[in-house]
Amino acid sequence: MDLSKLGLPALALAVVWAAIKSEQIPVSTVAPGPVHITYWEKWTEFEGDAIKAVVDSYNRKQNKIHVDLLSVSDIEKKTLLAVSGGNPPDVAGLYGPNVAQYADDNAILPLDDFCRDYHIARDNYIPVYYDIGYYNSHVYSLPSAPASTALHYNKKMFREAGLDPEKYPQTIEELDSLADRLVTRNNGHIDKSGFMPAEPGWWNWGWGYIYGGKLWDAKSGTITANAPENVRAFNWVRSYTDKYGASELSTFKSGFGNFSSPQNAFLSGKVAMELQGVWMYNFIDQYAPDLEKPTLNWAAVPFPHPADRPDLANTTFADEDVLVIPRGAKHPKEAFDFIAYVESTEGMELLCLGQRKHSPLAQVSAGFYSKHPNPYVKLFADLPKSPNVISPPKIGIWPEYQAEMTAAFEQVALGKKTAKEALDYVQNRVGMINDDYQAQLKARREAGK
Amino acid sequence: MKASRRETLTALLFVSPWAIGFTVFLLYPLLASVYYSFCNYSVLKPPVWVGLANYHNLIRDDVFQTSLKNTLVYAAMALPTGMAIAIGLAMMLNAKVRGQTLYRTIFYVPSLVPGVPLAVLWLWVFNGKQGIINAVLQPWFDGLSRLLLHLFHIHVVLNAPQWLSDAAWAKPALVLMSVWGAGNAMLIYLAGLQDVPQQLYEAADLDGASWFSKTWNVTLPMLSPVILFNGVMGIIGALQVFTIPYIMFPGGSPARSTYFYAMYLYDNAFLYLKMGYACAMGWIMFVITVVLTLIALKLSSRHVHYGGS
Repeated sequence: MDLSKLGLPALALAVVWAAIKSEQIPVSTVAPGPVHITYWEKWTEFEGDAIKAVVDSYNRKQNKIHVDLLSVSDIEKKTLLAVSGGNPPDVAGLYGPNVAQYADDNAILPLDDFCRDYHIARDNYIPVYYDIGYYNSHVYSLPSAPASTALHYNKKMFREAGLDPEKYPQTIEELDSLADRLVTRNNGHIDKSGFMPAEPGWWNWGWGYIYGGKLWDAKSGTITANAPENVRAFNWVRSYTDKYGASELSTFKSGFGNFSSPQNAFLSGKVAMELQGVWMYNFIDQYAPDLEKPTLNWAAVPFPHPADRPDLANTTFADEDVLVIPRGAKHPKEAFDFIAYVESTEGMELLCLGQRKHSPLAQVSAGFYSKHPNPYVKLFADLPKSPNVISPPKIGIWPEYQAEMTAAFEQVALGKKTAKEALDYVQNRVGMINDDYQAQLKARREAGK
Repeated sequence: MKASRRETLTALLFVSPWAIGFTVFLLYPLLASVYYSFCNYSVLKPPVWVGLANYHNLIRDDVFQTSLKNTLVYAAMALPTGMAIAIGLAMMLNAKVRGQTLYRTIFYVPSLVPGVPLAVLWLWVFNGKQGIINAVLQPWFDGLSRLLLHLFHIHVVLNAPQWLSDAAWAKPALVLMSVWGAGNAMLIYLAGLQDVPQQLYEAADLDGASWFSKTWNVTLPMLSPVILFNGVMGIIGALQVFTIPYIMFPGGSPARSTYFYAMYLYDNAFLYLKMGYACAMGWIMFVITVVLTLIALKLSSRHVHYGGS
């Protein structure tokens, strides 16, 4: 008998059988028992392990709700598409700056009623971390892991340059002069640098805030990209280009490896001082043991302020990952019960200790700081309480605004435009984008009435 | 009569997987995107008709113009470079030498590397300090610096090109990289070369033609339909360049010199939630592609020779 004749029908049969079987699987698990909710989160590796521990702990504590955790990359885009497709997860872990954009488009649910039922209020938090999720008089998200920034510096490099490693810069002017003394050259090329505004380059949009500027005036709803403080800050960025040369700086910078690698500029001792976040400790621990042993060779201190603006001491960029309930979620009530657990002292500290971050909550348990491996964690927890805390403007067009600010920064840092030219351009362009956007929102509101 | 009807039905049944797939996943989105291009559409809310507003806004959008200019400049550089190299390689690989198949394989293999790992790999090749290209170039620039100092007492520090961080070098770097994928075009040229009738060369030999004149008067004219085909495909490919710059140059850095059309389109659609605007951009790109292709066909009509006609 010719077996090959049976091949195709057999294959077809197998496919059909598999299809039927796979359709049956979800049916059998949604038997009476706990309500299953899906939770999409972006974290992987040890950060993913931390949230998994929180989910496991929640699932063990009670038997009415079971959280199914799924690790999802590019989470903000996939959540968006899942919402528009009508099949979103019950809980999604987005980024703080997504909140306004998603709320404007009704993609996430307001949580006010839930918060009231669970007694979750602004007082529970370090205010900035609550405020990031508070938009248009509604709570749209609650914090998961928070972040804040400080100046990190390499004490070994200070010693090698003949500087006192305990004397860190208090003002931007001191930062600049220390940076000059930390530069070493080889063959005429920069070999090590003291400080570079473009490294790591994650807050390029925000240098104006360090000088007391703002990018957005919430009262009038207008863009303030070319405010004098912002221009002053970009002039300071430009001063580094003029001092060291655009080509020389970019040659030097192009030798840096990936952020998460031992070739990282700060970890490999290429740049002595850097604005970095609370997470930096993890990378020091992983990739630069010489900064920890035999003695602590790095420190985190508040980022300096302009000498003529002592009122601007203790600035920090505060941001956070957030938990939201997407519109169309099938079990919003159960989803919030889980979120409320993450917002409890127990859940939050399990998460933040696992991710080695500070807690966004106002109160921490007695052992939190002594258990925490980051020697400077208290600083990262205290800085966001400062009146000079900085967080990105809560506006729907922020992704576009940020892209424009980043492009302007690059043009200034490469010496292609003056600070004023670059920021005037942003003011004009984003001003128009903002006008269009506000008009659309207004039209939609009126259509909704 | 009945039998033929049955046959038609059977045929339709057989093509139905494709026909249904085409309608649902291609034709419908295609037509929907025409409609959305006239709408204010954020994906999350129902589209609102705004007429020509998206097209009107595109005309006054600087970043749109920058991205279009970047794309056209890139295409103008990458297309001729890629074609010249692919034809050159194909001619060399057409030569009857030992290990011909091995060489053909070696030159084809790079084009099998997918875009993302390729981008990550070239980030290292182009690295300004440790990259293999500048490791070779920098000593020359240092030597030149010293020479200038000794001869003319000019004190300068010369740096090798900053492929990734200099706005002037980022596009050439991408062009250089695109050559890496010349294997596909090369293969098509190679097939075309093998179709050139031997008797034409024999006739040319009898006339005492040189290698150059055989290439110019026999090979290239006979290859012209293939060149046209690869040229048109190259135009389409270059105008849609996305993956590699998206990974290598986040946000089109430095200073938007590598911010290409498809990147701006993608950002509008998925980052700024302006799907209607992005659809309008898509259709403008379609028109540009069609126009360029028609120009290519028109310009080439006098120079393309089809065998048999």
